[in-house]
Amino acid sequence: MKDMQKPERSKSLFRFAAPQMFYPLAGKLAPWFAGVAAILAAIGMWLGFFVAPTDAVQGEVYRVIYIHVAAAWMSMFVYLVMAFWSFVGLVMNTRLSFIMSQALAPTGAMFCFVALWTGALWGKPTWGAYWVWDARLTSQLLLLFLYLGFMALTRAIEDPRRADKAGAIIALVGAVNVPIIYFSVKWWNTLHQGASVSLNKAPSMATTMLTGMLVMALAAWAYTIAVTLWRVRSLILERERHTDWVIAELNAQEGKV
Amino acid sequence: MSRALGPFAAVLSRDLLLAWRGRADVLVTLAFFVVVVCLFPFGVGAEPNLLRTIAPGVLWVAALLSTLLSLHRLFAQDHADGTLEQLLLTPEPTVLWVVAKISAHWIATGLPLVVVAPGLALLFDVEQGALGVLILSLALGTPILALLGAVGAALTLGLRGGGMLLALLVLPLFVPVLIFGAGAVDAYLSGSGAQAHLLLLGGGLLASLALAPLACAAALRIAVE
Amino acid sequence: MLYANALACVKGDRPLFRGLSLRVAPGDLLRVAGPNGFGKTSLLRILCGLAMPESGEIRWNDVPINSDRESYHRALLYLGHAPSLNDLLTPLENLRFACSSGGDKVDEDACIDALVRIGLAQQLDLPARVLSQGQRRRVGLARLFLEADRKLWILDEPFTALDVAAVADLTATLSEHCAAGGMVVLTTHQDAPFAKAPAVLDLAEVAC
Repeated sequence: MKDMQKPERSKSLFRFAAPQMFYPLAGKLAPWFAGVAAILAAIGMWLGFFVAPTDAVQGEVYRVIYIHVAAAWMSMFVYLVMAFWSFVGLVMNTRLSFIMSQALAPTGAMFCFVALWTGALWGKPTWGAYWVWDARLTSQLLLLFLYLGFMALTRAIEDPRRADKAGAIIALVGAVNVPIIYFSVKWWNTLHQGASVSLNKAPSMATTMLTGMLVMALAAWAYTIAVTLWRVRSLILERERHTDWVIAELNAQEGKV
Repeated sequence: MSRALGPFAAVLSRDLLLAWRGRADVLVTLAFFVVVVCLFPFGVGAEPNLLRTIAPGVLWVAALLSTLLSLHRLFAQDHADGTLEQLLLTPEPTVLWVVAKISAHWIATGLPLVVVAPGLALLFDVEQGALGVLILSLALGTPILALLGAVGAALTLGLRGGGMLLALLVLPLFVPVLIFGAGAVDAYLSGSGAQAHLLLLGGGLLASLALAPLACAAALRIAVE
Repeated sequence: MLYANALACVKGDRPLFRGLSLRVAPGDLLRVAGPNGFGKTSLLRILCGLAMPESGEIRWNDVPINSDRESYHRALLYLGHAPSLNDLLTPLENLRFACSSGGDKVDEDACIDALVRIGLAQQLDLPARVLSQGQRRRVGLARLFLEADRKLWILDEPFTALDVAAVADLTATLSEHCAAGGMVVLTTHQDAPFAKAPAVLDLAEVAC
């Protein structure tokens, strides 16, 4: 009997305690990442908008890439991280992993939207149209739909346990499909409009341009981590609102105010 | 082996029998396909060259939409009357009867589309040689749609507004199938040969046959929990 | 033997019960009692392996049911709230499908006998949608006559919507199953005329 109960207890401790342990940790880390993000973003903007030279062909307009490229990179990367946490959650049955992937989704979708928006703004002067069915823009659009589907599904299911697992499955299915979608769209694109202007012909980059973009990408990383940690905290509070530690925590916070 | 095939055969034959008894639903799906295809000339004008150009895309998009229309029926009835719980309690692997259900669903809703499509293609004056490619691309592509769609149907089982959610979940996943399916016919018409497209569709069918039932089975377990 | 240890169940965010342990040995008939909303159905679904408990574990013949799902479900017959009837099929077709999809070979005559015995001789070929509530219930229960091989029966409110004679027949069948070394776990609101009073598990005692 005893040897049967032991693993049970440690397992339930693992499952229940993890969010409780993570909550204060996330609270401590998030402001630091937010600070780093703000500083990096300021440096990146300064490099991009004041230091980097004007492009010979595109003029000042090209400067939107300092936001556009970082956002596009981040939107794809965040989806992979989401799929990773979903996988961990399904295999290990840890709640925090599911919370992580759900906390990441809105940020990923936001970056996706920013990438599309800035892409359109860039496209108008460059291509003469806000939108062309370029392979990258199109797969970015489909990625946005995947994000929206994930968020809609996890919010439509009331039971949090079902929502977690269902969301994890669709995230994994999406992750398997993202490369397929990307390559099929690329193939479709080369077949249908080979002659159009493509993002591939980006101007050869000056070192300051590259540095600026990298700094902006790092800023996006730090921002994502900070925002996700804050979102994880509020999700933990919502999920565990009936537990003693959350009630104590909330009372303590109210006491401070 | 025969023991494992028992549930597979039982589910397949029952679902086909049910599709036959409820054939009005199947006919509605088919009618939807025909009507959607026939709407396009009214929207874009009856210029024969234009219609010829857009025909593969139109047929494929319409096939995709009618697949979507029937998807929510795949598990809904079994979920409501408790059959799904019983099926999940069968000792044999869940994927077996999941594949049986999806197969029956495709035979009832996908296969009629494949059969009707060439007739509709003639309305768009598609070259007769391309009809074979169209049939083949639909025969390879619509099962993929059913397999991917089944995952979405299982995930949205019993949810309010499940139909719209299902569309949002699966339509982005359908895009590659659409590209290669319609692309096969285009490639044939442009003279570059449809073989590559059809091979990719075949590969996609095998891959989704291997993976989608697993995801679908997991989603069904979650849905009844 | 079915053995459950320290089960806890949470529905949505509401904890239903905690620290529930039970043991069902061959020949046992266990009645799960408790007011509505105390998790009787949830407990049965957890025992079947359809739902996961919040914590705790279930063993069948000393093996956790998650690690050998197949042999557990080969020994289990669960009849839930919903009668799992498709309206477009006849009772006979429904019954045959229920058995064959469960992996059991049953011939048509045995199915007909079972339906006749439970009082559906007149309805064999009618579509299930025209049956009354009690008749629908019986189609599901007819499986009990065919599946004595399955050691463990888990039944959710089997007596609902049955008349007195049917209740008596059902209790006799359940007692017979137990006498032959089977196990029964059931929930019921009404007092059924069992020859030997069943063991009772009251969920009110372990409620949160």
